[in-house]
Amino acid sequence: MKPAPFEYYAPTTVEEALSLLAEHGYDAKVLAGGQSLIPMMNFRLVQPSVLVDLNNIPELAYIRPDENGGLRLGAMTRHHQVEIDPLVAERMPLLHETMPKIAYSQIRSRGTFGGSVSHADPSAELASVSVALGGRFRLQSQSDERWIPANEFFVGLFSTVLEPGELLVEAALPSMPARSGWSMMEVARRPHDFALIGVAAVVTLDAKGLCDQARMVFLSAGDVPKVAHKAAELLKGQAFSSEAIIASAEIAASEDIDPGSDIHATAEFRRHLANVLARRALEQAFKRAAENK
Amino acid sequence: MIMTKKFIGKRIVRNEDPQLLTGQALFVDDVEIPGMLHAAFLRSDYAHARLLSIDVSAARQRPGVVAVFTAEDMGDDWQPGPPLVSPPPTAKDVIFYSRRQVPLVKDKVRHAGEAIAVVIAESRYIAEDAVEDILIELEPLEAVVDLEKGLEAGSPLVHDDLESNLAAHLFQKKGDYEEARSKADLVIKRRIIIDRGAASAMENRGIVAHWEAKSQHLTIWDTTQAPIPIRNGTAARLGLSEHQVRVIAPFIGGGFGPKMMMFYAEEMVIPWVSKKLNRPIKWIEDRRENFYATTQERGQIHDVEIALSSDGHILGLKDVFLHDTGAYDPYGLTIPLNTQCHTMGGYDVKNFTTEVSVVFTNKTLVTPVRGAGRPQGIFIIERLLDIASKELGIDLVEIRKRNLIPPDAFPYEHKIIDQAFAPLILDSGNYWPVMEKALEMIGYEEFVKDEQPRLRKEGKYVGIGFAPFIESTGVGPYEGARVTVEASGKISVATGIGTQGQGHFTAFAQIVAEQVGVAVKDVRIVTGDTTEFHWGTGTFASRGAVVAGNAIHAASSIVRKKILELASKVLETPIDELELDDGLVRVVDIPHKTISLGELALLANPLRGAVEPGTEPGLEATAYFGPNYGATAFGTHAMILEVDPETMMIKIKRYVTVEDCGTVLNPLILEGQIHGGVSMGIGNAYYEQLHFDENGQLLNASFADYLIPSATEIPRIEVGHVETRSSLNELGTKGVGEAGTIPVPALFAQAIENALYNQELEILEMPLSPNRLFELLNK
Amino acid sequence: MQNLFDLAVTVNGSRYEHAVEPRTLLSDFLRHDLGLTGTHVGCEHGVCGACTVLLDGQPVRSCLMFAVQTHEHEVTTIEGLGTIDNLSPIQETFQEAHGVQCGFCTPGILTTVKSFLEQNPDPSEDEIREAISGNLCRCTGYQHIVDAVKLAAEKMKA
Repeated sequence: MKPAPFEYYAPTTVEEALSLLAEHGYDAKVLAGGQSLIPMMNFRLVQPSVLVDLNNIPELAYIRPDENGGLRLGAMTRHHQVEIDPLVAERMPLLHETMPKIAYSQIRSRGTFGGSVSHADPSAELASVSVALGGRFRLQSQSDERWIPANEFFVGLFSTVLEPGELLVEAALPSMPARSGWSMMEVARRPHDFALIGVAAVVTLDAKGLCDQARMVFLSAGDVPKVAHKAAELLKGQAFSSEAIIASAEIAASEDIDPGSDIHATAEFRRHLANVLARRALEQAFKRAAENK
Repeated sequence: MIMTKKFIGKRIVRNEDPQLLTGQALFVDDVEIPGMLHAAFLRSDYAHARLLSIDVSAARQRPGVVAVFTAEDMGDDWQPGPPLVSPPPTAKDVIFYSRRQVPLVKDKVRHAGEAIAVVIAESRYIAEDAVEDILIELEPLEAVVDLEKGLEAGSPLVHDDLESNLAAHLFQKKGDYEEARSKADLVIKRRIIIDRGAASAMENRGIVAHWEAKSQHLTIWDTTQAPIPIRNGTAARLGLSEHQVRVIAPFIGGGFGPKMMMFYAEEMVIPWVSKKLNRPIKWIEDRRENFYATTQERGQIHDVEIALSSDGHILGLKDVFLHDTGAYDPYGLTIPLNTQCHTMGGYDVKNFTTEVSVVFTNKTLVTPVRGAGRPQGIFIIERLLDIASKELGIDLVEIRKRNLIPPDAFPYEHKIIDQAFAPLILDSGNYWPVMEKALEMIGYEEFVKDEQPRLRKEGKYVGIGFAPFIESTGVGPYEGARVTVEASGKISVATGIGTQGQGHFTAFAQIVAEQVGVAVKDVRIVTGDTTEFHWGTGTFASRGAVVAGNAIHAASSIVRKKILELASKVLETPIDELELDDGLVRVVDIPHKTISLGELALLANPLRGAVEPGTEPGLEATAYFGPNYGATAFGTHAMILEVDPETMMIKIKRYVTVEDCGTVLNPLILEGQIHGGVSMGIGNAYYEQLHFDENGQLLNASFADYLIPSATEIPRIEVGHVETRSSLNELGTKGVGEAGTIPVPALFAQAIENALYNQELEILEMPLSPNRLFELLNK
Repeated sequence: MQNLFDLAVTVNGSRYEHAVEPRTLLSDFLRHDLGLTGTHVGCEHGVCGACTVLLDGQPVRSCLMFAVQTHEHEVTTIEGLGTIDNLSPIQETFQEAHGVQCGFCTPGILTTVKSFLEQNPDPSEDEIREAISGNLCRCTGYQHIVDAVKLAAEKMKA
């Protein structure tokens, strides 16, 4: 399983990379961590004629605090860096908890935040977590720059708003509001497989201890990260109770998501698992929110 | 008194490890020969299709491509593979249609991935580029995928020259089932379905063929478990003398059965290409190819019936089943025969009727994969006993105890024919103590009585299960070995079988060391090189240690005798006052009167003087061993398993195996074999399944979707041991290579049902998965 | 033939300068261009782990990297861990505990374990199993591998 031939460029600045992408348009593919792209190239499922390798652009890899208590992540930051970073552990516990669930350690040595998110696999944990945190992505082209909220970035299966010539260069992840709790749960055949279903949940309580906001984002539940809007509506203003959580999980599984069937799980089983996970995740998120007063 | 150290039965670390641990061991893909070219195959995307046309001209033009061959280019050299195993001549009423795999497709594609053309180029990268240049017209045909539909009138035919897709039919019986049934208090009937899995050795297949016209010699490195038959068959196919062909099976990255399949398309094509081009040619299978082009196993559909008395005694058993052989059937009836011979388990079943119809399908060929038909048989009998236990109200353990063959009934004759064409005889056994020990080790009684009720009150779903089994091992026809004492005092040994990680280099060395009195590390074993030894068959059916081991033992014993006879003359001491130890022959009680083996070897191979007529020079012997019939090993596995009733995910809390494989050569190696077998069994039971769609397309041809258990899925396995010597060979040993896999599916079924005790669940299929369990519970 | 790239990479402490096609996978470069056949290829899609090597000390799948991406970096393969006459502690304990059967997955496991023990010198059994869960073994059932890693951790602490 050897890849087809390609023209190879290894720019050392973002400018250079953007210029190459502008020049080659649809012919070019970006090589970030390569952990999703290279297997596809080995299988010859994709055969890009031009590869623009971003791994020699140090200015794209960083984890920086921002003024609002959140973080800025450069697109080429390796999963491994995010996993061990103390700032992430402190400011983004949801992200910190998610990292070890991503594939295996050897994949995390190379895989990047920007690469994972741009690849837009609906099973990707980072896509759903970005949406759950209300993150934003900065996209840059030779001529332009724009910010896109994470939940508008993903438009379809392996499909984002990125135009040819455009590169995701940075993610801005806000910290969770006060009185928030979180949870990240998956069901996978083996711990590091693509999840059959997963959910990233953030619950924020108001001053009275009632639910101000409940955000559940499901992975492997449709073509893109699925935000459980109806489930969230149901919980607004509610106190924590098993009835409320059960009802919310039920709605999330039956109406908010759109899972498909494959050899590993039927859509029906996925909905069932989504229900179970939503309930368990909400319980954990509420509990943590209460502890975070 | 002649005394030597005891090496057999010791936990000796392996001789071969330092090479493997430092990346200094030669595997087939490591072979580099100047001028070597690389092969890539064009394979069919369709499972069943007519080949209308093929145009390789563009591929031939690509820079770096040296040649492209199709079936047409092979001319008269195009021949299907030889039949590897004939149907048993000793069985009556056998129908068998032999259809074997072809080197390259001529008219019709019969399974997805079948090889159609081969590109030879300067690199594998270029070869794969050129494969995409080939223009091909395939007319897709309806595929035969379902076994039952495949036998219906009007089904598309896998082989157009046959009237149907029936590949074989065999009926065997013992006693009179109908009579037994008429006397039964209970008859249970079920349909049991078992599906396919892949062996998925970490090393894919590969072959390097090097024809040298100037010396008229062909050297082949092949990831095969059977180098000698490959040599002989390849020589025949190419019109060469057997001595012009050398086949080497170097270090092999796992075999597990499919590397015992012989004359794969690639094994027929690559040596031919080398001879045609007079260049070394390398073909290394990639993982995607492995899923299509390497053999698989297990698909069967059984309609079974068991007749019992009210006290749980099995009066008789009847099984009518379909066996999926894939597109061709080179391996005869080996797998279904194994199934037939294991459906009675280790139980005293006096009436048994078994009827198999083997069906051609448009899927990858089926040949033995670790277990080779035995797990299916054991799954059936253990499931039936579980159901009978429930219906008769007899304890699960008790119903087995009542039916196990008692120790004084051995050798026990089953009278049906086994895979070695001999009437099935279980040579020795002592089944209850092994089962009892397993139950004791896992604390079966205490768990069921105390712990499980407590866990259930806590809302936990934790089940316990056990499964006894037998395993036929160590079949003939024979193996051989040559043992030589060298001038250095070290011992060199050669045997024909190959090694795929099971520690032959050490276990066999222990056998030699035991006889000849040297350190294990001073015995150098060569396996799998036809120039070193060219009589034998291969490593399969858990027979390496038994058959080759005993041949080595026999040859070592002869060498030991020669050593003592010569030393007796030289030291002028009677043989019974000599001992062998530490590479020396010593006179007992006279410590300074010694002679080293090396010195003796030199004396035995004189440069002057005379070697007496009728004697042989040197201290060397060649011996062969062929058992009368295979030795039957046995054991019991037990497991405690927790099921998350919401997600259907499982967690194995404890896993116990008790194994009786006769004399143990090296407990460290034995444990490793059992751990590995259980790990594969767990894969077979809950993780691994090959999914074919209705067009014969394999939907999960990658490790991302074909799920091999990793370190987080496999529990710690506790191994208990009992030793009942086999009377069939001098070492008293039986095989154990496949034992780990055999009872696992049956074990899972019982344990999961036990865990989900308050659900209506009867598991009659393997493999399972969380998704499938969910479906079964929500039917 | 594509345009060749002038690759300079340090492998097991030695510097190599080769002109390489960009699409050449690191696994193939190591095995066939440099003759370091200790690194094995099992799947070429990043799951089995047999091809794992260390890139600047971190474990990576060499089948999921192009050789050209290692330009001016350091690679460590199994050949760099020890020799037959001078086994590293990890290699020694794998022999002692019988953590090797066919040896095909072993190179990927040893490099993974080396990096793991550097980051976690006193691991529990669960942590060890988690650490090697990206390395498939079809022969051993993992138990003796886990034992070997525990033994190595003890040896290296002493």
